[in-house]
Amino acid sequence: MLRFVVVRLSQSLVALAILSVVVFILARATGDPLSMVLPMSATEEDYANARAYLGLDRSYLEQYVSFVGRAAIGDFGTSIRARRPVSELIRERLPNSFKLAAFAMGVSVAMAFPLGILAAVKKGTAIDRGAQIVSILGQSLPTFWLAIVLVEFVAGRLQWLPAVGDGTLASYVLPGFTLGWFVVAGMMRLLRSSMLEVLDSEYVKLARVKGVIEPRVVWLHALKNALIPVVTFAGIYFSILVTTAIVVETVFAWPGLGRLAYEGITGRDFPVIQAVVLVTAAIVAVVNLGVDCLYAVIDPRIRVAR
Amino acid sequence: MATRVLGGPDSPDAGAALGGVGGHVVARPRRMKWPYVPLGIIAVFVLAGALAPFLSLPDPQAQSLRTKLRPPVWEERGSWANPLGTDRLGRDMLARMVWGSRVSLAAGVVTVLLASAFGAAVGLVAGYYGGRVDGALMRMTDATLSFPIILLALILAVTVGPSFTNVVLAIAVILWARYARVIRGQVLTLMELDFIAQARIAGAGGWRIITRHLLPNTFNTLVVLVTLQIGYVIIVEASLSFLGAGIPPPTPAWGSMIAEGRDFVTSAWWVSFLPGIAILLVVLAFNLLGDWLRDTLDPKLRQL
Amino acid sequence: MSTTVLDVRELRTHLVTRWGTIKAVDGLSFTVDEGETLGLVGESGSGKSMTCLSIVRLAPRPAAREAGGRVLLDGDDLLAKSAREMQQIRGRRVAMILQDPMSSLNPVFSVGMQMREPVASYHGLRGRALQEKAAALLAAVRIPAPAERLRAYPHQMSGGMRQRVVGAMAIAAPPRLLIADEPTTSLDLTIQAQYLNLLKELQQQHRFAMIFVTHNLGIVARMCDRVAVMYAGRIVEIGAVRTLFTAPRHPYTQALLASVPRLGAKQEQLTAIDGQPPDLATLGAGCAFAPRCAHVMERCRVEAPPETAVGAGHQMRCWLSAR
Repeated sequence: MLRFVVVRLSQSLVALAILSVVVFILARATGDPLSMVLPMSATEEDYANARAYLGLDRSYLEQYVSFVGRAAIGDFGTSIRARRPVSELIRERLPNSFKLAAFAMGVSVAMAFPLGILAAVKKGTAIDRGAQIVSILGQSLPTFWLAIVLVEFVAGRLQWLPAVGDGTLASYVLPGFTLGWFVVAGMMRLLRSSMLEVLDSEYVKLARVKGVIEPRVVWLHALKNALIPVVTFAGIYFSILVTTAIVVETVFAWPGLGRLAYEGITGRDFPVIQAVVLVTAAIVAVVNLGVDCLYAVIDPRIRVAR
Repeated sequence: MATRVLGGPDSPDAGAALGGVGGHVVARPRRMKWPYVPLGIIAVFVLAGALAPFLSLPDPQAQSLRTKLRPPVWEERGSWANPLGTDRLGRDMLARMVWGSRVSLAAGVVTVLLASAFGAAVGLVAGYYGGRVDGALMRMTDATLSFPIILLALILAVTVGPSFTNVVLAIAVILWARYARVIRGQVLTLMELDFIAQARIAGAGGWRIITRHLLPNTFNTLVVLVTLQIGYVIIVEASLSFLGAGIPPPTPAWGSMIAEGRDFVTSAWWVSFLPGIAILLVVLAFNLLGDWLRDTLDPKLRQL
Repeated sequence: MSTTVLDVRELRTHLVTRWGTIKAVDGLSFTVDEGETLGLVGESGSGKSMTCLSIVRLAPRPAAREAGGRVLLDGDDLLAKSAREMQQIRGRRVAMILQDPMSSLNPVFSVGMQMREPVASYHGLRGRALQEKAAALLAAVRIPAPAERLRAYPHQMSGGMRQRVVGAMAIAAPPRLLIADEPTTSLDLTIQAQYLNLLKELQQQHRFAMIFVTHNLGIVARMCDRVAVMYAGRIVEIGAVRTLFTAPRHPYTQALLASVPRLGAKQEQLTAIDGQPPDLATLGAGCAFAPRCAHVMERCRVEAPPETAVGAGHQMRCWLSAR
């Protein structure tokens, strides 16, 4: 098991290294940031000075090496726009994103699990059909549209919930719900079909034959098996969450990493871009690793295979 | 004389189904023979998009400040000149929606075709050759699989400038990994079956086996996946356009239309609302179609 | 005079599908005594498995409907029991061994957990006593090093060993009736004999009634005291194994026996039964075997024959008995 973790960890590091090169190149390719920061009247000399100040006049290789070196200790340079250390910006924003993502994930799981399981157990009934409709609608609705509509009506007209992140628990609801919606739909569907398949299996039949009571059959014998495909997809769900977060944070003006990314990209702020992409990729890699470990915990068959 | 029809989820294989402890017969819900509704919706949008230049619609880019923010025809100030109203620059909503469908559908289909072609190729090769080739390809796949699409798309959009090609590329570059994973899984299962070994014994080489034997058997899976993914891609494209990193103006794209109408959702609701409904309908149609295809072609894919 | 453990009377189970209502079990009646083994023979689709599931009321819902009859276990009608009561009965008074050992054990739980769960429930044991009982059961089915095996997972065991584990679960209570649904069909031939012997021994020890489902007449000859031949959801002939094998009366039974190749017999071609098993959704009013019967008469196509006695403890459904 330990060997498994180590191997995966090193694979992730390799992937991150490659990613850092890609990011470095792309970030540099976003265009000359100075043209956005310096006033129109800046002279050649001003440009040269700014460039030297920001270290942009060194060779690319030098820049890359110093970038990697400093990134390893958490120093991502200084934001060209905000003139503050990027790591500071990230430290401010990351927890907000994290809290929102955790809230959204929590909501998703809390909604998807009971619905998915119930839909399978009560297959063919109104509950099942209702759940299926919710699920397919969820996967067909564009998140940002839902976000706008919610902001307008729930926050604007009805004034039930705040539209902007203001730290209160209430302000989590709209963006959290919007963020988690897509995942709920997918997860519920997956859980339902997985449960259906498991409930049909021979070992569930044998459990019933042995006289195990029905709730235990469903929630222990069946569910543990049904979770396997869901866990497999958890990594993908998480990355969908990250993807959607950028949109949601922008619409709801949520001070998180996603919004930072958007600002960084439109402002051609490459220290920020680099840092955000790397941090995000690292988080995604860690989550995937965690998911793989979780998978091994649930399913004893793959413990040996590694 | 009773006849026995074997195979497929649709056949009355009650006889075999009853025998053996593993078999079972479940009362199947009534399933439509043909998915009329989804196909109909898709047909409407496809036709509208394809025939857009020939329909006598107002120019989607013609601005007219005089007629700006006119509501749809069923509201008070509406008129038949602009059946679905106009946006804040006076451009006709109906025309923009129709032209927008060209963009969305094209983006969806092209992206998915590219991604699936590449992904299936990777999956087939990885599954067939196994060993180190498989290991390397899968590592690449896994690394790609969880990379957030929007980040890449945003970077590309700002680097090289937003354009149709960039959107397609950005999405396809990440999407293929999904296909690779699934197809590889299928190939692994197929490899267990005897007919591959027989083909090998008969002297068939790798290329032949992949194209003649493996690919046709994964076709069903591909079709289902492709259909289900088109909807997803359309939503991603719309999200990108919404953020300004997708199809650039002045080309009408549903996502950017929604973004434009954002500020006056309460007063001029139709500017944001209608494109959203369009997206919802198209994606829903593709999802329903994909579900139907999956149920018909390969129920084992329920997990997708 | 043996006690009758199971008394099935006119059991009917219908399956409602989109192609019509299928009478999977159509008026089955038989009894099984203590210590006796009844063989249930038939082709795929004859309703053998559905009968077993119907007895424990686990026929696949929502398609399956219990359509009548009585299933008396020690006098208690199982069809009249509530779901709660059935849960108490399953495993304790009626046990079942399923066909495929590779899929009948839950892959994500250890063997120990899957053994302890029913044992704890049947005997109210906990802790060390529970562990010891579970190990003892594994030993009873001849699994070596039982205490260690409890920690293992199903995928770490061979098919034969898994089937023994399932057997151990089945005798945990011990039950009054054991239903074995083709338990050796998926096992290697060399293991089959061992397993059958094991079952016989366990039966002698615990004196449970056993229903043994199989399509293999050789196994019937070894294991069973009486045998019921099923066709299209009905029992077409039932009687002592000796009698049926030496003097079968029903054309289907005769054909089945004739199709088994015998060592030493000079046969140019193997005899098969003409035709196909019937489509249960389109059965007519006549005898289900009529289309394939060598002795078919006009009456057979029109009217289904009732059960008639043709000897001591020997019954069949055939108009030939009327002659």
